[in-house]
Amino acid sequence: MLEVALHHGFAGFDLDLEFEADAGITALFGRSGAGKTTVIDTVAGLLRPDAGRVVLDGEVLFDAERGIWMPPHRRRLGYVFQDARLFPHLDVRKNLMFGARYAPRGSMGAGFDDVVALLGLEALLARAPATLSGGEKQRVALGRALLSHPRMLLMDEPLASLDGPRKQEILPYLERLRDGDLRLPILYVSHAVDEVARLADRLVLLQDGQLKAQGALFDVMADPAAVPLLGVREAGAVLEADVIAHADDGLSTLAISAGQLELPGVQAPVGARVRLRVLAQDVILSRDRPVGLSSVNILPVRVEAVHPGDGPGAAIALRAGSDRLLARVTARAVQDLGLRDGVDCFAIIKATTVAPGSIGR
Amino acid sequence: MALDAAAWDALLLSLRVASVAMLLSLPLALWVAWILARKEFRGKGLLSALVHLPLVLPPVVTGYLLLLAFGRNAPLGRMLESLGIGLAFHWTGAVLAAIIMGFPLMVRAMRLAIEAVDPKIEAAAATLGAPRVSVFARVTLPLILPGILAGAVMGFAKAMGEFGATITFVANIPGQTQTLPSAIWTALQVPGGENRALAMAALAGVVALVAVLVSEALARRVAKRISGAR
Repeated sequence: MLEVALHHGFAGFDLDLEFEADAGITALFGRSGAGKTTVIDTVAGLLRPDAGRVVLDGEVLFDAERGIWMPPHRRRLGYVFQDARLFPHLDVRKNLMFGARYAPRGSMGAGFDDVVALLGLEALLARAPATLSGGEKQRVALGRALLSHPRMLLMDEPLASLDGPRKQEILPYLERLRDGDLRLPILYVSHAVDEVARLADRLVLLQDGQLKAQGALFDVMADPAAVPLLGVREAGAVLEADVIAHADDGLSTLAISAGQLELPGVQAPVGARVRLRVLAQDVILSRDRPVGLSSVNILPVRVEAVHPGDGPGAAIALRAGSDRLLARVTARAVQDLGLRDGVDCFAIIKATTVAPGSIGR
Repeated sequence: MALDAAAWDALLLSLRVASVAMLLSLPLALWVAWILARKEFRGKGLLSALVHLPLVLPPVVTGYLLLLAFGRNAPLGRMLESLGIGLAFHWTGAVLAAIIMGFPLMVRAMRLAIEAVDPKIEAAAATLGAPRVSVFARVTLPLILPGILAGAVMGFAKAMGEFGATITFVANIPGQTQTLPSAIWTALQVPGGENRALAMAALAGVVALVAVLVSEALARRVAKRISGAR
């Protein structure tokens, strides 16, 4: 378990926060300039803040008050940078071996062949970093970090410099890392909600250097108070579903606790458990069970909270079986429909709201 | 034959002075280049100015200053003399003059190379568990090797050609302190010495050409290794 408390003053900007990261992937989310990289650099030991404390599994890495400062090379944290930072004078194999060279003797962790296989690096081993694509560079950087046998993996926007297809190329590897045998805790910095929704187990929200929310991903994503932090177009609940069947017309049937959904573009096989991201702006509410709609995805829900926004909109927290949903409606609709805590209604989810990239395992 | 024994002596002395000067100043130049490229401290501007001073000072002035500091009657010169290190009117003095005159060129080449290395790459090496010394040896040093090489060649070439400060500090004693440039200058002072001067000038030209060719070949090999292309 990683415990972080830090305070750092920049010109006209104060960073002040406290959070925890446990097993699984903890996402540190915030807009550009929110202070995310400062936080992760502090954990890695590349930046020494004015005040604070960093403790990993009971071991103090940094404590300003007690004057403790462990240099980065002794912290054993694998850091995957946004810009890969491969050694330009070494080929891919030697870059990977650089990571392995300093792994403590007898330490537990991935072996060379395992990492090469996990990340699909066989064909790249003799290549020079300058000849690699952005996605390939990130895979090598990830492998290099894994081979140093870190106690935790730090990732600073590892996908931010990649275009859509290259991103899709890396994401499965990250999911394999999360779900595989290594069970490495990961601190994952990102400003992309779709990445966070797909990968994270825990979510820490940062705004202007201040902690705004932290908790399990499903809880924070379903919290109406988090809507302005994530962005009104990006906010939406994440829930888990089981793939039940694939129909010939391209639609798949998925089961969630409150019923079934018919969705297109589901790649996972029958029986698989996948994550769905349901954008708040794509959920329509109705007091009566709607009939004659083009959408078949209608779930009975109960209003749990109404959260008025700054503008004409309001975020509505909904309970659907044991899952939660988030809807964004106008303040006028809240009035007209009489939406308040405890009211039963129906949520209509447009089948097109779930992009293929948001579904996966 | 225009190249007599004195001319060969002068060439050998120049080669010896230039090699020793280059080897001695290499570590110090690298250290100063590192400080100027990476560290922020009070007096950094002054250090930089001091290092570059011999570049803008008339060489005769530099030689005269050396004579004032290290001459047989100067306290510093006497102290070194008692330790067995005679400098004034001695070939080792020519080495000192060559070091001081070549130092700014060496530092400049190395400093540029160090500034071209992204400290973020070194930070990445540290997060992988490499201690500072290993980061320097395995990451920084290979990346700045071309700059070190260029600096070394510059220092060597400057030492081969150094004339003003050398002749002022250690004079022009054949077989002892007469370097190739001094010998050429002496030949030109003697009526009918033009042929000797011309032959020695050609010799100096050949040495310079070989040095440049060797350094180019080395730089190409290093650059190839660093870019990783094979």
